[in-house]
Amino acid sequence: MSAHAVSTKSARGLVAVDRFLTFIRVFLVTMIVVGILAFIWQQIDADNVFARWRNPNARGLTGDQFKGLLISGLSQGSMYGLIALGYSMVYGVLGFINFAHGEVFMVGAMTGFIASDKFQANGMWEQNFLLCLVLIVLMAIFFSTFTAVVMERVAYRPLRNSPRLIPLITSIGVSFFIQNLVLGLFGPASKSYPRLPEWLAKQRSILTFEIAGTRLMVLVVAAVSMAILWYVVERTKTGRAMRAVAEDKEIASLMGIDVNRTIVTTFAIGGAMAGVGGILWGLMFRSVTHMTGFLPGVKAFTSAVVGGIGNMGGAMAGGISLGSAESIAPMLILEPLGVPGVSQLKDAVAFTVLVLVLLFKPSGLFGERLSSEDRA
Amino acid sequence: MSVIAAPVPSSILDQDWRKVLRWGLICGGALIAMCLVGMPVEMDRRAIIERYLSLGYLTVLFIPVLVGWVASTQVVLEGVEARKQGPFDLVTGFVVGAIGGGFLALLMVALDSWNLRDPLVNWSPKLFRFLTYENGMGFGAVAWIVTGAVLGLVGASFHIVPRTVRRVTSFVVFGLISLSILESLIDDLSEGFRLEWLDEFMFAKKGGLTVTSTIVIGAAIGVLSLVTDGRMKAATERYRNMEGVERQKTSIVLFVVIAVLCGVLPMFLGKIMNELLANVGLFLLLALGLNIVVGLAGLLDLGYVAFFAVGGYTTAVLTSPNSPWFAPELHFGIALIFVVIFATITGLVIGAPVIRMRGDYLAIVTLGFGEIIRLLFMSDWLGPYFGGAQGVTNIPGVDLGFATVKGTDPRSVFYLVLFFCAIAIYVSWRLQASRLGRAWMAIREDEQVAEAMGINTVSAKLMAFVVGAVLASFSGAVLAAKVGSVFPTSFMILVSIIILVVVIVGGMGNIAGVMVGSFVLIGVLGGPKQPGLLQEFQNFKLLIYGLLLVFMMLKRPEGLVPSARRSRELHQEEFLQDAWLQDDKLDSDDEVSVGDGGAEEQ
Amino acid sequence: MSLLEIRDLKITFGGLDALSGLNFHVDEGEIVSVIGPNGAGKTTFFNAISGLVPPTEGEIEFEGESIVGLDPSIVTSLGIARTFQNVRLFPNMTILENVMVAQHCRTNQLLVGALLQTKAFKKEEREIRERAEEVLGFFGHRLVGYRMDQPAFALSYANRRRLEIARAMATQPRMLLLDEPVAGMNPIETAELTELIGRLRTEWGFTIVVIEHDMKVVRDVSDRVVVLDHGVPIAQGSYDEVSTDPNVIEAYLGRPVEAAS
Repeated sequence: MSAHAVSTKSARGLVAVDRFLTFIRVFLVTMIVVGILAFIWQQIDADNVFARWRNPNARGLTGDQFKGLLISGLSQGSMYGLIALGYSMVYGVLGFINFAHGEVFMVGAMTGFIASDKFQANGMWEQNFLLCLVLIVLMAIFFSTFTAVVMERVAYRPLRNSPRLIPLITSIGVSFFIQNLVLGLFGPASKSYPRLPEWLAKQRSILTFEIAGTRLMVLVVAAVSMAILWYVVERTKTGRAMRAVAEDKEIASLMGIDVNRTIVTTFAIGGAMAGVGGILWGLMFRSVTHMTGFLPGVKAFTSAVVGGIGNMGGAMAGGISLGSAESIAPMLILEPLGVPGVSQLKDAVAFTVLVLVLLFKPSGLFGERLSSEDRA
Repeated sequence: MSVIAAPVPSSILDQDWRKVLRWGLICGGALIAMCLVGMPVEMDRRAIIERYLSLGYLTVLFIPVLVGWVASTQVVLEGVEARKQGPFDLVTGFVVGAIGGGFLALLMVALDSWNLRDPLVNWSPKLFRFLTYENGMGFGAVAWIVTGAVLGLVGASFHIVPRTVRRVTSFVVFGLISLSILESLIDDLSEGFRLEWLDEFMFAKKGGLTVTSTIVIGAAIGVLSLVTDGRMKAATERYRNMEGVERQKTSIVLFVVIAVLCGVLPMFLGKIMNELLANVGLFLLLALGLNIVVGLAGLLDLGYVAFFAVGGYTTAVLTSPNSPWFAPELHFGIALIFVVIFATITGLVIGAPVIRMRGDYLAIVTLGFGEIIRLLFMSDWLGPYFGGAQGVTNIPGVDLGFATVKGTDPRSVFYLVLFFCAIAIYVSWRLQASRLGRAWMAIREDEQVAEAMGINTVSAKLMAFVVGAVLASFSGAVLAAKVGSVFPTSFMILVSIIILVVVIVGGMGNIAGVMVGSFVLIGVLGGPKQPGLLQEFQNFKLLIYGLLLVFMMLKRPEGLVPSARRSRELHQEEFLQDAWLQDDKLDSDDEVSVGDGGAEEQ
Repeated sequence: MSLLEIRDLKITFGGLDALSGLNFHVDEGEIVSVIGPNGAGKTTFFNAISGLVPPTEGEIEFEGESIVGLDPSIVTSLGIARTFQNVRLFPNMTILENVMVAQHCRTNQLLVGALLQTKAFKKEEREIRERAEEVLGFFGHRLVGYRMDQPAFALSYANRRRLEIARAMATQPRMLLLDEPVAGMNPIETAELTELIGRLRTEWGFTIVVIEHDMKVVRDVSDRVVVLDHGVPIAQGSYDEVSTDPNVIEAYLGRPVEAAS
C-alpha cells in the first residue's frame, strides 16, 4: 500500500520538473517568435500598436544595417568556429572540456600583438604588410601550439583515466594559471594592435554587401584554415589516426596507432587553429588583455555544443550560427520586446543559445561524434 | 613474488643526463618565470628574518630545493626493490640546482644587455638589483650558480638524511615561516592579551623575526617536534578508530573547544584581524554550501556565485533606503526570510534545466547562468530596479536590539558570520548521515544504478542545488550588510572559481577540510578582493590559486584534509591492492564458512 | 492474473533488433529462468522491465498496470528490483550504506527531519538500519559485523554479488530480477547461492526472474525456463522440456553440419 503512495509522490516530483522544463521551452520559443513578429511588424509599420506599447522609440533596421550586423556576426562567428575546433576535437578524442583552450587563443592573440608591435616600431608593418601578417600568424601558431601541447603533457596526460570531472577541474586551474601568468608577464593594460594598412582596411562592396576589409580578411583566413584542417583530418594518415583514436582508444592502439602521439597532434592542431583565431581577433578588435580568452572561449565551447561536439564541420557551423545569433538577436528579438540597452546583452544571448540547444537537442544541430565510452 | 633490485649506478657520474637536464630546465624556467612575473621583487618588501631574508628571496630560494628534491626522487616500480639512495642522488640535485642558478645568471646578463621592458613589464633595474644582491653582475652570477647548486643538493639530501633529521628540519623551517607569516596576527593577539614583550622579542621593528628569536624559537620547535614525534599520528589514528559513541563524544569535545575559541578569540583581536576573520567566514560559508553541491552530490556548479548575488541583492533591495525601485527598508531578519525564498526559487530555476545534463555540460551551463545573472544586474534593462553598475548602496547594518552589526565593526560581523557558519556546518553534518545524504552519495557514485535502486535522482539533485543556494545566499546577505553596498562586480565568476579552489584544496566532501581550506587560502592569500595575511601576494594569488588547483588535481585530488571516503575513491586501486593483500586471511575465513555450509547440506 | 505480463515487446538499437515480438509472463511466486547464448538480448530484456531502456513497441504490465515509459526509480518503487550482470555497487559507500540507500523509495524523511532530528526521523533511521541488518543477515555472517563499515569495493567478488542481491532485497520488491547471480563464483559458492535463491521465495515471498548461464543452477531453481535467441523466444517450459528441445540445442551448439548444407 505505502509503496504505491510513495511512488505516485515521486512521480509527481518528476512531472513537476518536466512541466517546468516544458514551460521554459515554450516560454523561450514564444519570446523568440513574438520578438521576430514584432520586429517584422515594426519594419512594416514603425508606429504599430505593439511597438507603441513596448518600444515607442524603435526605428527598426535598414537593409544595410541588417547586412552589417550579419557580416559582423559572420566574421566573429568564424573566429568562434576556429576556437571551437579545438574544444570539439579534444572532446571527441578525450571526452573532456578543455576549459583552458580559451587561453591558448589568448596566447595567440598576445603573441600577435608583441610581434606586430615590434614590426610596426621598425616600419616593416606598413612597408610589407603581407609578409608581416604571415610572420605573426606563424608565430602565433607556434606559441599557441606550444601552450596547448605543454598543457596536455603536464596537466592532462597523467589524468587520462580519472573520473570525468577531474580533468575539467584541472583545466579550470590551467586556465586561471595561464591568464594570471600572462597578466604578470605583460601587465594588466589593454594592448592595442597596430592599424591595418589602408588598402586592406577600406570598405569594399561585394554583392551589395558593404564589408570592411578587415572582416573580409577574417572570413578568408578562416575559410583557408578550415580547408587546410579538413584536408589534414580527412585525407592524411594523421587524420585517420585521429578519427580512429576518437572512436576507440584501445582498439586504435591495438591497430598500431600511437595514441599518445595522436592526442598530442589533436591538441597541436586545435592550438594552431586557436592561434590563427587569436591573430584575427587582434586584427579585428585591435585590443588584447589577459582576459581576452575567457568569453570567446566559453562562446566557442557553446559553438562546439551547438554544432554537435566532436563534429568538426559542426563546430565551424556552430560558430557561425552563434556569431550571427548573438549579433542579430538583440536587435531582432530583444529590442522589439522593449528591452533597453540590448547591446549589453550580447553575451547573455550567447549563453541563452547554449541553454536552448541543450534543452532542445543536446546532441547539437549536426550530431555528436563521440567515442563509444563517452556516449552514455 | 620475486623482487628485482633496481640497477645500481656504477659511479656517481653515471647519471641519466637527459633527465637531469630536463629537471634543470624546469627549475630554471620556473625561476625565470617567477622573476619576470615580478614575484620576488614585490615580495622583497616583506621580511621573514629581519633584514637577512625576505619573502622575495625565500620564494626564489625555495624553487631549487623543491626541484632538487623531486628530481632525485626514485621512480619506484612495482616489484622492483628500491635502490638505497646516496651520493649519486646528491649529484643529481646539485647539477639540477646549478642549472637553475645558471638560468638566473643568464637572465641577469640579459637584463643588463637588452631592454625588453616593452612587452615584459617586470624587466626592470629593480629585478637586476634584486638578483645581484645590489652587487656587481659577476658576483651575482657566481653567487646564483653556487646557491642554486647548494640548494639543489640540500633538496636531494632530504632523501638521505635520517627521518628524524628530516622531520626536525621541516618542522623548524615551516614553523618559522608560518610564524613570520602570522606576524600581524601575533602582533594583534599579543596586544589584546597585553603580551607586548613577546611581540617585541619576536619581531623586528621593520617586520620579520629577529635573529635571536629565530634561533630561540627554531630550537624550541625542533625540540617540540622531537617530543611529539609519532604522537600526533597516534592520536589521529586513535580518533579514526574510535567506535560510534566514543567518537561522537570526542567530536563534540573538539567542537566545543573550537567553538569557544572562535567565540573568545575575536575579543582580543584588532579591527584588521577581525575583518580578515569575517572574510574567511564569508568564504567558509560559501565553501560549505558548494561542498554540499560538489562534494556530496557530485554536481560541479561553476555558477555558484549567482546564489551569492541573489542573497546580496535581495538583502540590498529590501533593507536599503537607496534601493532605486522598491525600498521597503525591512529589518535584516525579515529580509532573510525573503533571501531564503528567492534563493530557493533561483536554485530551482537554475537547477531544473541543468539537472539532466552530463556532468561537464552542467559545469559550463551553470557558469553561463552565473555570468548571465551578473550581466542582467549590470544591464540597463534591470538597471532601474537594481541600480545597474552603480549597484545599491547605503545598506544598513543588522540591528539586533542589543548591538548593531556593521561593516565598521568587523568583530560584530565576524560573530554574525560565525552564526551562519555554525548553521551551515550543522546542516552539512546532519545531512551527510541522512536519507538524503546517502542518496546524494549514491548519485555521485553511479547515477544510473542510483535510479534503478529507487532514488528519484532529479529531486535529490535539485534538493542539493537548493540547499547549496540557500547557504550561499546567506553569505551574500551578510556581505551586503557588511560592506553596506552591492555591485555587479562583486559577483564575478572569479568568486565561483575561488570557492571551488577552497573546497578542492581543503578536501571535497569533508567539513573539516573545507574549514582548513578557507582558513589557509582566504586567510593567508586572500579572497578575490579581500587581502589576506600575506598582502604581498595580492597580485599573485590568482596565479597561485590556479597552480594549486592543477597541483592538487594531479597529486592530491582528495585535498589537504581528505574525507576517508573521498580518498578511497580517488586511490581505489592502491587501496584495493592493500585490501587484497590483507584479504588473504579474510578469504580463507570465507572458504571455511562456505565449506561448513556445504557440509551441512550434505 | 500474472504478476508481470509482457506483450509483443520489441527493442531496436540503431536499426538492429535487440528484442522482437517477445511475449512473456510471470505468475506470483514463480521462479523463471531466462537463458540463451551471449547477445540473445537477455540483459536488454531486464533493462526494458526496469525502465533503463525504453521499448520501441509493446506493452509491459506489472500487477495489471502498464509500466512502459516510467522512470527506473518509479519502477523500483512499484516493486521490481534488479541486480546487474557486471556488479554495479556504490563502491565507496560502506556495505551498510549500500543497503540503507536502497530503501530510499520506501522511506520519506527529507530535509526538515534530518535538520531538526525529529522523532519520526530517528525512528525511520533506526528502522532503515534494522532492515538493512536483517537483509544482510540473510547471507550469514559474511556481510555483517565489522564488514558493514567497509567500503563495498573492498569485498571479494562473491560477496559483491551477494551484496548486490541484498541491496535489491532492501528495496522491498515483489519481484526480483537477478542478472547472472552466480557468474564468477566457485562451485561451493554457487551451490550455496542456489539454495538461497530458493529461500528468497519461500522465506521472503519474492517472485524471481533469473538470467543464468549455469545450467545446474537453472535446473535447480526454476519452475519454468524461457530460452531467447537473437531477441526471439525459441522455447518455454520446464527445464526438462527445454533442455531436450532441438531448437534450443541448435541455438547453443549451432546447426549440425549436414543440416546446414
